[in-house]
Amino acid sequence: MSPDRPGASGPAAPARALRVEVDQDRCCGSGMCVLNAPGVFDQRDEDGIVVLLDGRPPEGVWREVRDAESGCPSQAIEVTEL
Amino acid sequence: MATAARPSAPLTVPAARRGTCPFDPPPAYERARGQEALARVRLWDGSPCWMATRHADIRTVLRDRRFSADATRPGFPFLSAGRRALTVDRPTFIRMDDPGHARLRRMLTADFMIRKVAAMRPAVRAVADDLLDRMAARPGRTADLVADFALPLPSVVICLLLGVPYAEHAFFQRCSATMLRTDAPPDEVRAAQSELLEFLAGLAAAKRSAPDDGIISRLVAQGELDDDEIASMGRLLLVAGHETTANMTSLSVLALLRDPAQAERLREAARLDDAGDGAALDTAVEELLRYLTVVQSGLARIAREDVEVGGTLVRAGEGVLCMLGAGNRDEAAFPDGGRLDLERPGARRHLAFGFGVHQCLGQPLACLELRVALPAVLERLPGLRLAVPFEELRFRHEMAVYGLHELPVAW
Repeated sequence: MSPDRPGASGPAAPARALRVEVDQDRCCGSGMCVLNAPGVFDQRDEDGIVVLLDGRPPEGVWREVRDAESGCPSQAIEVTEL
Repeated sequence: MATAARPSAPLTVPAARRGTCPFDPPPAYERARGQEALARVRLWDGSPCWMATRHADIRTVLRDRRFSADATRPGFPFLSAGRRALTVDRPTFIRMDDPGHARLRRMLTADFMIRKVAAMRPAVRAVADDLLDRMAARPGRTADLVADFALPLPSVVICLLLGVPYAEHAFFQRCSATMLRTDAPPDEVRAAQSELLEFLAGLAAAKRSAPDDGIISRLVAQGELDDDEIASMGRLLLVAGHETTANMTSLSVLALLRDPAQAERLREAARLDDAGDGAALDTAVEELLRYLTVVQSGLARIAREDVEVGGTLVRAGEGVLCMLGAGNRDEAAFPDGGRLDLERPGARRHLAFGFGVHQCLGQPLACLELRVALPAVLERLPGLRLAVPFEELRFRHEMAVYGLHELPVAW
């Protein structure tokens, strides 16, 4: 999990890729991830639960993806640096 | 564990805002935030409780599943006798833990998902325009922005969503106002809640023979809940769906009237939004939510086991109140947090909707309503100004949701 403060979450050595995983059982359907990183996350039509659109997002949206992880109210998003 | 600088006589919550800028949290909460640990405070009945005022601590308490929202646990902290009566009698899913909470919440998450709410924009805009048309058509060019716009807008919208006749608004707004008074006697609060539940259960029963496309009718058709359970859920949505947005709207308008430079930023953000770029308007609304944070009653949790929060050991069975307004002014999360800055980077990290699995279900709808309402007011009523001196405005100190009782304006 990334630290709370913005700007403090960068790794010492640059990551080559980010792996994003979601846990639909933990998700509370707040939609915060869709607001933070709309190209990476979506919500299921039937119940608003998270859908992962891109498990290896491009570097241009890494900041948004990390915001989505830290802003997820139910800790349903896990981002791993590869 | 840090124990230094704890005052000898613990603070009793809720503490007053009086004597300060009416947009600022109570000074006692801001002082507590500057200290090392959670603050030990007293509730109305003298019972002890922890108070979290820092952004990081509030996030921890509200997201960590070792804290429970179950109001039936012994020792659960209530901000008033009325609040206790309200939550213990008929707990809704915001006072439950998973899996019971998740089961009920998921019956509603689809209705408030981002895409669905975005599609409601024309309908919300039409309601706002209609209310403003009526205001603008009046001969006197004066109005109470609360009664004539800020309150009816979200009330009409939540009625449409639920399938509640708006004609009943005087009734449900009165029940809701009593339920949200922190100084109301428990009997009055209980009676207001019963009246509202009875009305909604009757409505649910009526939808069996005359269904519509509202949420109540759908819950009836799904057959998983009985009429009383549907009424309980409907009461939560109805009350939460209009009081919070109404107060955010009127308080935001007041804040913008007091700060013309920020009002101009909002107009510019609205112009960009009309041109297809909504990012600036999103940020402006998030910043108003952060700065004003109308839920002032403190979100309550109780520890299921010993948990360390920001250097304080909270023992199993001890309660914590999370003061969202204080957390949203935390300099560690929002530099120069006492200033309203509609272009603030990272404003979305605010806690105005709470955090954790109970984070406001209606958040996308509230944001949409504010995105529509605020630009519409400024655009439609040019020259908008207060019709009474600022010092005469009556703020909602005694309500769980802060805001204004009236906002007399002229244009």
